Amino acid sequence: MRANRPVFSILLWTLLSLLTLFPIYWLFVISVKPAVELFTTPSLLLETVYWKNYVKVLGDDTLRRYMFNSIVISSGNAVLVTVLAFMACYALSRFDLAGKENIFFWTITNRMAPAAVFLLPFFLLFTQVFVIGEWKLYDTRTGMILLYCTFNLPFAIWTLRPTIDAIPKELDEAATVDGATTWQVIREVIFPLARPGLAVTLILTWVFAWNEFLLAATLTSFNARTITTGLSEYVTTTGTEWGTMASIAIITLIPALLIFSIVQRHIVAGLTFGAVKE
Amino acid sequence: MRSNRVGWLMLAPTIAILGIFGIVPFLYVLYVAFHQWNPFGANPYMIYNGADNFRRLVFDNEFLTSIAFTLKFAFFAVVSEVILGYLLAQLFMREFPGRGLFRTIHTLPLIVAPIVVGSVWRLMTTPSIGIIPYLLKSWFGYDLNIGRDATMAFALTVIMDIWHWTPLVTLTLLAALVSLPKEPFEQAQIDGANRWQIFWHVTLPMIRPAILATVFIRLMDALRTVDEVWMLTGGGPGAATRYLGLHIWKIVFPKTDYGYGSATSIIVLYLTLVMCWLLYVALVARRDQKRPS
Repeated sequence: MRANRPVFSILLWTLLSLLTLFPIYWLFVISVKPAVELFTTPSLLLETVYWKNYVKVLGDDTLRRYMFNSIVISSGNAVLVTVLAFMACYALSRFDLAGKENIFFWTITNRMAPAAVFLLPFFLLFTQVFVIGEWKLYDTRTGMILLYCTFNLPFAIWTLRPTIDAIPKELDEAATVDGATTWQVIREVIFPLARPGLAVTLILTWVFAWNEFLLAATLTSFNARTITTGLSEYVTTTGTEWGTMASIAIITLIPALLIFSIVQRHIVAGLTFGAVKE
Repeated sequence: MRSNRVGWLMLAPTIAILGIFGIVPFLYVLYVAFHQWNPFGANPYMIYNGADNFRRLVFDNEFLTSIAFTLKFAFFAVVSEVILGYLLAQLFMREFPGRGLFRTIHTLPLIVAPIVVGSVWRLMTTPSIGIIPYLLKSWFGYDLNIGRDATMAFALTVIMDIWHWTPLVTLTLLAALVSLPKEPFEQAQIDGANRWQIFWHVTLPMIRPAILATVFIRLMDALRTVDEVWMLTGGGPGAATRYLGLHIWKIVFPKTDYGYGSATSIIVLYLTLVMCWLLYVALVARRDQKRPS
């Protein structure tokens, strides 16, 4: 190939990185400006930092509740999905089940469908069918935790399967010969070896659940509303509170950013569904 | 040998949950689609009306326009992302200091919640507070108002999607490029092929599966885009950016015409799956052709 020109590459990538980062920087700039300053000449530099938007958001009972709901729903869903996916992958990998490859493929089809298509059936099921007396699945955290499994469980199974398959079968056979029960094999042999894969699955599932908006907006009304729906509530045709909206957006962004910095290298494999082997 | 019963027991919860939350809604929506049902209308009961809903759908202009806009959006977004992503992946193939850092930065948009992406772009493009209209006004004297200009609103949804998802294409194509053998390239260079010839006859055939897989994933996602676009334009101006997901969510669903809404959902699902299936077949067929050689 041609001779490398590192200076050219660095300059180009610096420019591209600025383009990538600028929108997020701009979000931060808006979030730390008082409303009156927003409509003056836009400036890129921050002279003063105005934290009142954050104080307002964090002091708002409704928004705090939304954040709490988001944390409960994402954590509940991530743990549930990871445990179920771990069990399912172990079963698919170690047992000779009839039609297991078809079951495996069927799981993925659950994720191909656009979420919007399921809005109406889920809404009807949650309000009319999954009802016990006064209690409905609609607007409950349990409902949302179960619902997100539809999209996260296939993802988790597909990303976790190679991890479990890669653990040599000889290891569990040796343990079985030594008299270990299935439960002991899973706990003592498989789990320790699969831990890194499980961690990545757990984290990505958590982020997906945290970021979800459309289903949360439709299937909750007050009790189980999440922070992403809270963010959307701040956009109204008349008098959007831009500063407040920006600071909620930043707060929504923070967990994802933290997690991103931890598992950055695993994200690509996860997001591409393992369709492209690295 | 361990008994398979344990295996089935471990798989059971997954099958149960995906059955209840995957198959049941599908069958239910299929059932409702063949009924006239508006619980808040004059007749709140479900009445079987055959294929009437689907017949109505074929002549529903709003729905057809929405399909056209969605396809246009998906086409422009995915094509630009694949071309741009490929070029960026090639740039990452070179050795230069700080490559890891730049790759990290480039990956960042992927993890941002779609609803936050929409908010960010809204804040950048809203007239009087956004930086983009301000710069366009002071540099070129151009008035950007995505609340009024349908073409610009469409273009901005595409640009936003490019910002959000090009990194995915870059990273998957980069993974494919890195794994390619070196010999064909060296051979082509010895034979005196130019850069375009190398790309067309050597690189492209080898990374075609990766490109198709990426297009497949991106198309699936582009067809179901809702959150970002709703946050940026709200589907407007008019219906210029009211893509299928938004159409169902904002127009069909709130009308409480559940039978008709179900029919719309079924057709959207069908269209999406058919498109994905066609691409999947193209992808698999290519691989099978390759195998004998």
